[in-house]
Amino acid sequence: MSTLTKFSATPYTGPAPTNREPYVPADVGKMDARGAEIAGRLKIEQERGQDLPTFVVGKERIIETLRAFKNDLKFTLPLDLWAVDYPEREKRFDVMYQLYSLSSNERMRLKVRVGEDEPVPSSLSVFKGFDWFEREAWDMYGVRFDGHPNLRRILTHEAFQGHAMRKDYDPAQRWLCTEKDVARIIPTIDARFENVDTDFERVTLNLGPSHPATHGTLRIVVTLDGETIIGAEQEIGYLHRCFEKSCETHTYQQAIPFTDRLNYMSAIINNVGYCMAVEKLLGLDVPARAQYVRLVLSEFMRIADHLVCIGTNLVDMGALTNFWYLFQPREEIYGLIESCCGARLLPSYTRIGGLAVDVPPDFLQNAQRLVNMIPKYIDDVENLVDRNKIFLDRVIGVAPISPEDALDFGFTGPCLRACGIPFDVRKTNPYLGYETYDWDVPIAEGGDTYARYLVRMEEMRQSLRILQQAIDRGLPPGPVIVDNPYVALPPKEKVYNEMESLIYHFKLIMHGIQPPVGETYFQVEGGNGELGFYIVSDGSKNPYRVRCRPPCFAIYQAYGRMITGQAIPDAIAALGSLNIIAGELDR
Amino acid sequence: MPAQKIGNPDSIIARKVAEPPGEGPEKGLITLPGEAGREIDDLGGGSYLTTKLDTMIGWARGNSLWPLPFGTACCAIEFMSMVSSHYDISRFGAEVVRFSPRQADLMIVAGTIVDKMAPVMKKIYEQMPEPKYVIAMGACATSGGFYRMYHVVQGIDEVIPVDIWVPGCPPTPEGLMYGILKLKEKIERGEIRR
Repeated sequence: MSTLTKFSATPYTGPAPTNREPYVPADVGKMDARGAEIAGRLKIEQERGQDLPTFVVGKERIIETLRAFKNDLKFTLPLDLWAVDYPEREKRFDVMYQLYSLSSNERMRLKVRVGEDEPVPSSLSVFKGFDWFEREAWDMYGVRFDGHPNLRRILTHEAFQGHAMRKDYDPAQRWLCTEKDVARIIPTIDARFENVDTDFERVTLNLGPSHPATHGTLRIVVTLDGETIIGAEQEIGYLHRCFEKSCETHTYQQAIPFTDRLNYMSAIINNVGYCMAVEKLLGLDVPARAQYVRLVLSEFMRIADHLVCIGTNLVDMGALTNFWYLFQPREEIYGLIESCCGARLLPSYTRIGGLAVDVPPDFLQNAQRLVNMIPKYIDDVENLVDRNKIFLDRVIGVAPISPEDALDFGFTGPCLRACGIPFDVRKTNPYLGYETYDWDVPIAEGGDTYARYLVRMEEMRQSLRILQQAIDRGLPPGPVIVDNPYVALPPKEKVYNEMESLIYHFKLIMHGIQPPVGETYFQVEGGNGELGFYIVSDGSKNPYRVRCRPPCFAIYQAYGRMITGQAIPDAIAALGSLNIIAGELDR
Repeated sequence: MPAQKIGNPDSIIARKVAEPPGEGPEKGLITLPGEAGREIDDLGGGSYLTTKLDTMIGWARGNSLWPLPFGTACCAIEFMSMVSSHYDISRFGAEVVRFSPRQADLMIVAGTIVDKMAPVMKKIYEQMPEPKYVIAMGACATSGGFYRMYHVVQGIDEVIPVDIWVPGCPPTPEGLMYGILKLKEKIERGEIRR
């Protein structure tokens, strides 16, 4: 290796990329041992070498296996269900189930391998939360689920032909959707109201997808008996921007801006989640300074997310002043992010291996100013609404969900914590050093709209606590991105003056990052709950599959059931409190 | 007496300075473009305003846009920023946000429009009364942005006519504000007729 001494530092001597060798997770021994224990107990086949205990089950045994996991091993939280397509195999689809156990703080993955026309038994009898996930797998891959009561397209429109996520589907092939293709939905009437005879005529009312109170592109069809909602069904997909397919046609670095636009209220958390998933696949250690900045900005983003959620929720209930109050600190937070990277809302600030650029010198002073300022705005709003009779009447007892139902539907994040279950990824699977900070997970009782409001208000205060401790510790010195030219671009001055760096730069731009062959899952606590990224690498520059576990998706499928028996204004108040972000919901 | 411009030098409104009271009839107070040099002494006394009807209507329309936010995605959040206290679009007379298309004359399409949403957007556009204007806010509404994919409309002008395109992903609130001001100019110049 020759160097141009005048400009060059020491050349890179670390390991070369290992994309020809399979991926070995860090804690593979522990996972394999735990997997073998479970596999022996349930008499199922284990797949070794994965980052989670992984099992392969025949489709005949899937229901009994899921039931055993739920009832015997207490894996009560259905996290995600998705499919992966391997067209060269005879059984081309892997249908994946991922579950979480609150009691033992464990995750596990189940795989069912099926061919093109082989139906899988629907798991709705075990977990209600897999309802929409199964519909999505049908829509995107054409995997049929036998026994699903409503197996129709969910993300794409009715005139769509084929299954878009299959590997042999042309990514740019569109299908014209006209007005007559818009789905006609008649909600099924809830059993509690079926035989109730009232004086009113039953009316079916359509809300959205363009409606001021739906915050984006949600569509709800309700059947009303007088003012009572006796049946409701949600239709989604009005913002399906093909995130997962886009990732497959771009390189690992190019996928980062797509992740911004999932939950655009807290974009940096998505960046961090995706980048950390790829870093896990690469086995990278990110510099302490980058980790620190990621944590600080994630917490600011969480605050901004909750500010918007509460602000718009209160607007829907007619309390406009709070919106003005809460948007002011949010603007200041965006100012801080703008000072770091030049963008406000969708910064794409993180890179695989660290951050795009270093923070400005006055970063901590600005952060401290914000931490000093935000509590006043939160207190102001609390003073305005917390003892306000109109507000309390509209939120207490509105659209409640029981803890059991919430778990069964796959709730995570503030909505689950509002049911009294203290599940927070930052505590259960700490990342970025959350375990070194002193903070609490707020929970509330009741699971109603008021509980969700209280949890979010308190979470902002807890985030401020984390931020204050982080600011007191100060910025760690050092670089903000790993010194590995197979992952991170060399600095520009080196690229212009040094042959080796120029080659690394060219290689990275043209051939991208090439992680080892394998699959991994990484989860962070997003604004709405567990945000997970599952990535399959085939050793090439493009991800073979990127799956985003969207917290909103699981939460929103329970919405129809939550508002049944309530009035329309209550449904609006409840919708705002769930904080459904269409970008994340439809991806 | 020649017309004198005061305040914003780019303003289309020029004010005439009234003569002091008691010294002859009060001259006109407001003159619109193209009217400044006209001899108006013989039009009688009192306050008056001379203009063409089209100019007058354009001026009124341009200064009282009632936007309908057709917000679908990230851009809608920046639209909210523009409306809220920090940026405050009411300084330009466009703060009366109407969610009913029947009460709005400016549709701001903020966010990605996907194939499933396109018929909905078309229907809402058709429900707006004339005259109506459309701003395509952001890269997605303009061209599909970086979503060149199986479910995304590659620019809303596939479906409805567009008057102003605002670039950015998302545009800053200042950017959108500039777009609204450009639209205002266009309306006042009478360039948009439908």
